[in-house]
Amino acid sequence: MRVYYFAGLKDISGTAEEQIEKNLGTVEELLQWLHRKYPVLQDKSYMVAVNEQYASMDTCLQAEDVIALIPPVSGG
Amino acid sequence: MKRFEVVDRPLNIQDYIDQVLHAGAGAVTTFTGHVREWTNGVRTLYLAYEAYVPMAEQLLAQIGREIEERWPGTKAAIGHRIGELHISDIAVVIAVSSPHRKAAYEANEYAIERIKEIVPIWKKEIWEDGEAWIGDQTKKPEPKSSSNHVDGTEEK
Repeated sequence: MRVYYFAGLKDISGTAEEQIEKNLGTVEELLQWLHRKYPVLQDKSYMVAVNEQYASMDTCLQAEDVIALIPPVSGG
Repeated sequence: MKRFEVVDRPLNIQDYIDQVLHAGAGAVTTFTGHVREWTNGVRTLYLAYEAYVPMAEQLLAQIGREIEERWPGTKAAIGHRIGELHISDIAVVIAVSSPHRKAAYEANEYAIERIKEIVPIWKKEIWEDGEAWIGDQTKKPEPKSSSNHVDGTEEK
């Protein structure tokens, strides 16, 4: 799956996007994995989008999904 | 141009008015959000905006549909600029037409509030001695409230 990081979260991951080849079945499992990879992420607040739709922790993931970590927005 | 778009070039207000104007429109309200130099005593040199563009455009269009449901007869167009913006540049344009003015005013305000709640666009303030992404990243997001977010481009 493809994971995108935005705004301040990009500074934590050190990359705007990365490919993750893991068998992670839900958003919750993905976040647990990402929190081990980037411990600082645990202290951050963000929402998750799957294929450009806001998702919840129990949203199921497929290998080809595009996931985005969305920190609090500040447009306008 | 698209009626709901995120662009990396200067915004032309008239383009958005033209998108919503039609024979049944008796009123068009336009809102422009601009880069403000001073925020809480701190001087901003410029802002850097970024967006998750495809999702942001979908959500701007969703806001347009919400408006047209809540205020029947209205039509909205929204453009948001990303990239490096300088003092007084236009960051966002919202145009709403309606048969009568009241709905056009109300719907326009609704649009900017919703943009600040749900649309994945972020601004970084660049000061003389530092920079910071705006949007409180230590608190849980509250999709129904924008109270966590520091405004950088418009008057309260």
